[in-house]
Amino acid sequence: MKNDTIPMIQLENVTKHFGSKHVLNGVNLSVARGESLVIIGGSGTGKSVTLKCILGLLKADSGTINVDGRDVTLMGKSERKKILSKFGMLFQGAALFDSMKVWENVAFGLIQGQGMDRVSAREIATEKLRRVGLSPDVGDLSPSELSGGMQKRVGLARAIAAEPEIIFFDEPTTGLDPIMADVINDLIVECVTDLGATTLSITHDMASARKIADRIAMIHKGEIIWEGSKAEVDKSDNPYVEQFIHGRADGPIQMEILKP
Amino acid sequence: MLSIFEPLAIIGRVVMAALAELGRLSKFTAEAVKNIFLPPFYWRLILKQMLHIGYYSLPVVGLTALFTGAALAQQIFVGGSRFNAESVVPGVVVIAIVRELGPVLGGLMVAGRVSSAMAAELGTMRVTEQIDALTTLSTDPFKYLVVPRLIASVFTLPLLVLVANVIGVLGGYLIGTERLGLNAGAYLKVTVDFLEQADVISSLVKAAVFGFFIALMGSYYGYHSSGGAQGVGKATTNAVVGAFITILLANLIITIVVFGT
Repeated sequence: MKNDTIPMIQLENVTKHFGSKHVLNGVNLSVARGESLVIIGGSGTGKSVTLKCILGLLKADSGTINVDGRDVTLMGKSERKKILSKFGMLFQGAALFDSMKVWENVAFGLIQGQGMDRVSAREIATEKLRRVGLSPDVGDLSPSELSGGMQKRVGLARAIAAEPEIIFFDEPTTGLDPIMADVINDLIVECVTDLGATTLSITHDMASARKIADRIAMIHKGEIIWEGSKAEVDKSDNPYVEQFIHGRADGPIQMEILKP
Repeated sequence: MLSIFEPLAIIGRVVMAALAELGRLSKFTAEAVKNIFLPPFYWRLILKQMLHIGYYSLPVVGLTALFTGAALAQQIFVGGSRFNAESVVPGVVVIAIVRELGPVLGGLMVAGRVSSAMAAELGTMRVTEQIDALTTLSTDPFKYLVVPRLIASVFTLPLLVLVANVIGVLGGYLIGTERLGLNAGAYLKVTVDFLEQADVISSLVKAAVFGFFIALMGSYYGYHSSGGAQGVGKATTNAVVGAFITILLANLIITIVVFGT
């Protein structure tokens, strides 16, 4: 049953702490079906933890996380596995399996997750590699032989290989030169449009956010403090957002550093 | 401000931390053992691990056994000659090798090679988010990474120790016949006469148990490592130390249970 009025991802009052450090202090977030939401925010504000809680890589302390209308925090292992098959994720460092060839990385979800035979999976992997602008012979290389930009593209190919309904992008452009970053942004937009997927990205790169977002949310100290469309972000009079998008050291957001 | 309770507080913290670690390890072990019996089974990965753990450990385990068996024969000969009892050499060598030195030294050498490698590999996969990536690709990292290593290690170690036992006895035989002037035929006859079925079985049981701890420690510390390169380094050290201690402790317990009565 597909109901377009139910958000694809909805977080209510999600909290998470590590020891005495409260990382998420009640995150409320909603991503509509087919929408692209980008969460912006500084380092250590809880962006990655939010993603990991949704995926179940970390267990939220309290609050509800609904994916496609169902609360994943209450799910058992087998149900969770079914939900996870809806997801694809591009990791910050690409997180390619270095013990495998590039094509095996791209085909991994198809072979292990779906039980597809290796020959068909390889064909799809080659097709996905072409989709992100890599020639088929790259498939036989090992990930360590690739440049950072190529690794990111392989990571993208792996994330879209199983044609997921939801894709997460964790800092997709971090560590890349501006031109390669823009290439990745374009690829993300193209691939997501092809698949019609719902996406949730986290970044501190405003150029990337402007390119791939429909809507932008800003997280600060474990709470969503601002949310609006891509166009609104530049007109926002929220002092936090203003400081962040202009990259000023002075403002309401104070970095915890000792002044010399 | 230091109070008189400060030393007590320190002891308390250390004990609590040790108990917490023991709890985490127990949970990990229970989860691992449970998953050994649940599908899916990754046969290819089990075979690959068996090759890594077994075949590539043969040279180091073989040399360890050869030198140990040879040195043992020399020592027993020197000691025995004080009582004109040089003829005990073959019997003592085979008992010592099969019951204790084969499995223990073999286990320790493999632990040094394999636990560290597992901890480093899984630790690197953890800090580079490869383990998280497995989850997002609908694969249970526990089943995919930990279980094949455990199964492979438990089944490979007995085979390795069997080889080590034979080579250890061979080391004693070579020194005994070539250097100490013992009769070759008599040496082999005494060896066979002294060896009992229980010795061999206990040797193989020990090996399987050691295999379990080797993979468990390597996987546990690797799987839970954090904090970049330094964290992986720490995981590697902890894995080897943990494997050594558990092997020696398990050896003591099995020896007391099997031979203590």
